[in-house]
Amino acid sequence: MTTATAGSHRQTAPPRGGTGGLRGYTGDTLALAGRHLTHLRRSPGRLVLVTMNPLVMLIAIGYLFRDSMNIPGNVAYEDFIMAGIAIQVGLTGVGPTAIGVAMDLRNGLVDRFRSMPIASSTVLIGRTFSDLFVGAVSLTVVCSVGFAVGWRPHNGPLQTLAGFGVLLAFVYTMLWVGILLGTVMKNVEAIDGSGALVLIVLSFLSNAYVVVSGLPGWLQPVAEWNPVTSVITTTRRLWGNDPAGSTGSGFPADHPGLVTAIMLALLLTVSVAGSLRSFRRAVGN
Amino acid sequence: MQTDTAIYAEGLGKAYRSHTALHGIDLAVPAGSVLGVLGPNGAGKTTTVRILATLLEPTSGRAFVAGHDVVRQSREVRRRIGLAGQYAAVDEMLTGRENMVLLGRLLRLGKRGSAHRAAQLLDRFGLTEAADRPVSTYSGGMRRRLDLATCVIGEPEVLFLDEPTTGLDPSSRVILWDIVRSLVAEGVTLLLTTQYLEEADQLADRIAVIDSGRVIAEGTPDALKRNVGGERLEVTVARPEMLADAAAALAMLGLGNEPAVDHTESRVSVQLRRGLDDVAVAVAALRDKGVTTIDFELHKPSLDDVFFDLTQRDRSAAAPALAPAYQGAQR
Repeated sequence: MTTATAGSHRQTAPPRGGTGGLRGYTGDTLALAGRHLTHLRRSPGRLVLVTMNPLVMLIAIGYLFRDSMNIPGNVAYEDFIMAGIAIQVGLTGVGPTAIGVAMDLRNGLVDRFRSMPIASSTVLIGRTFSDLFVGAVSLTVVCSVGFAVGWRPHNGPLQTLAGFGVLLAFVYTMLWVGILLGTVMKNVEAIDGSGALVLIVLSFLSNAYVVVSGLPGWLQPVAEWNPVTSVITTTRRLWGNDPAGSTGSGFPADHPGLVTAIMLALLLTVSVAGSLRSFRRAVGN
Repeated sequence: MQTDTAIYAEGLGKAYRSHTALHGIDLAVPAGSVLGVLGPNGAGKTTTVRILATLLEPTSGRAFVAGHDVVRQSREVRRRIGLAGQYAAVDEMLTGRENMVLLGRLLRLGKRGSAHRAAQLLDRFGLTEAADRPVSTYSGGMRRRLDLATCVIGEPEVLFLDEPTTGLDPSSRVILWDIVRSLVAEGVTLLLTTQYLEEADQLADRIAVIDSGRVIAEGTPDALKRNVGGERLEVTVARPEMLADAAAALAMLGLGNEPAVDHTESRVSVQLRRGLDDVAVAVAALRDKGVTTIDFELHKPSLDDVFFDLTQRDRSAAAPALAPAYQGAQR
């Protein structure tokens, strides 16, 4: 075989892949999301973990501690904690998402994707699609159990749905925080610990289980400005579950919807930009 | 740069904060040929491959793969290459078929096109039976085969295989070699890195030896072996008085080097050039002279010999031992 015939033979086959515009980009993302959904089907542990964690909190706090909790106004404790339980779905997902990203970086699969003519962002976005699906399923299960034990939204179906919309936006933002963690830290054991820390710090330093005024004085500003507090308050108000004063005082307490929108947008922007940057770099070294 | 040069690198350098991985690598691989990149761990083989496969940016120099600049036209390069890294880059939880279909879809072959291509390649790589089992149940050899199959879904012009058989048992290695040969026969240009001299010998048209981030020798496997010394035949005779006859018999081979005689061991040794052909002639010549041998040994040069020889030469002479001849394939 000579060099010349080899060259001309090769040139007859058109090179594969390409930009293909938005349709191609969406197709790549969906194909990669399909990969994660197949993982989920083979090993549904992630779905179970993300669902069980909030359910355990619902039972532990909603049932065991309900009589010890002092909520101002005439809101039932089941109503009060539902939003706080629901945000756990978003916080619990951070660790597993980060670990999934770090594992992909470790086993060379990302190198394969990167050596192909696809945008590297599709690899990460594909993952968020399937993880958002996990979040939605687990939110549904958690709120159904909540409904069974007495939680009731009081502002009609539209506002109830809007509350779920806020929660899903929070879940999606936290997924990107998880991706950022995974691409930056890369060490699975370290991520495992950090994920648990994020979960505990962000949920306990908020109004998830208690009213902000019930926290030690110096922690109250921290809890007031904790984005989780704003998300919970916004959801509670949409569901008609918010007793007066649960958020403390100040700007975030007066404008929870606005603060939620700004904080989630900021967090999402920083996480997406940071993730893409460190993802490209992680595979580049 | 010549148009029929599929891989071309000029002065490729890669420096990190704490160390320099590559000190100016020059390579030229004619389209349709196979270059074996040989070197010990940490020599810079993987760094070179990663730069050529657009995964890393060089800190100096430039490189073209399939006619496109790896830095400025990385996307065009990616459309024309296949890469198999040191660790099989397949998804453990997916089946072999699902892995293939996923990558086929990312290469825009469509759902049906991907399924068709997957079935075709799984069959060719002997994985049809295991196609619908998760990859986690595959053996090491099967994983590498699947990895290689996923690399060629898009019918790449240029294939990079980074230590494709490291950690495989000998029979899996031979199977993989056969597959690689069949891909090369179809006209793929191949750059393969390896630690095994034998592997480079089996598959490569030319070999570049890399050490400490530099190409220290480049040439055909035969030329390289000749420079290292090639195989050595050692004949131990039954009685010391036969040594002279044995030496005379081996001298008749006309190998261009005098047989070395070791009187204490009653042994004569000589460097070979043509492997088994030389051995056959030597046996006949010894028999003609009536020499009784009690031991007849063939020593192959090991990779250690190659490196010892080349690095020694590298240090003693400023110029490289073998003039890099980049003027197209020599067959």
